[in-house]
Amino acid sequence: MTKTTGTSVEVRLPSRLGFEKVAMGTAASVAALMGFPPERIEDLKTAVAEACINAIEHGNQLNEKLSVGVILSASDHELEVKVVDNGSGISKQPPAPDIDRKVHGEEDPRGMGMFLIQALVDEAEWVHDSKDSKSYVRLVIRLDKENE
Amino acid sequence: MQAETKTTIDRVAGANGASISVLRFTGDISSTSKDSVLGAWQTVGRTGPVLLDFSKVEYINSSGIALIIQMLMEADKTGQKVAIFGLTPHFQKVFTMVGISKYAGLHKDEPTAAATL
Repeated sequence: MTKTTGTSVEVRLPSRLGFEKVAMGTAASVAALMGFPPERIEDLKTAVAEACINAIEHGNQLNEKLSVGVILSASDHELEVKVVDNGSGISKQPPAPDIDRKVHGEEDPRGMGMFLIQALVDEAEWVHDSKDSKSYVRLVIRLDKENE
Repeated sequence: MQAETKTTIDRVAGANGASISVLRFTGDISSTSKDSVLGAWQTVGRTGPVLLDFSKVEYINSSGIALIIQMLMEADKTGQKVAIFGLTPHFQKVFTMVGISKYAGLHKDEPTAAATL
């Protein structure tokens, strides 16, 4: 196994939909090096992709002059991923999606990204750094979850 | 960067001999898939049962899931039956999490899915 503890990997993406797959691939590679099982890597890939899509669409408003930063930090037992954009962050968490309301046209069929992120990783938080005028979502997956 | 979505439409016979439309997706299912996915859906009749084949799809994001929900909205209006097969275990989990499995059964393969319609 490649030593990964204390390793940090950073990727900068253009604010263009589709480039979230670059972050997905990078996160999957780091998680595999750390020894995460395939099913947890799939969870991480979806969570990272959704975080990047939110950053590209909502944070940076698809402005290709702005980039999305993806910082992966590996420690002994967990992988932390920060996805950074230039937006103002979220004021409040949206409600969990309601499939009945969506299918009956009472709720936008979109708007599941944050729900999926929270459901698929061990820890997720959304932070606005007013000093730097940046916002980020911080995701964590833990290696020992499979043993819980 | 996004793999183009291609959708083909087949017709197969169901267990009772009735015709089933099969929408076979290839590539990514994301926001750029709207014309391919919903365009194919519009060409299928609004009464007969439909299978959605994801066996050649590797990437689905929340915008792609929203397109699937839009198909289920249309199907729900007319009581049309829809079943899904070919999802990876990960996306079976995701589809179950968001509730899609309540409106379209998730099955491992085409014969199993067709038998439910």
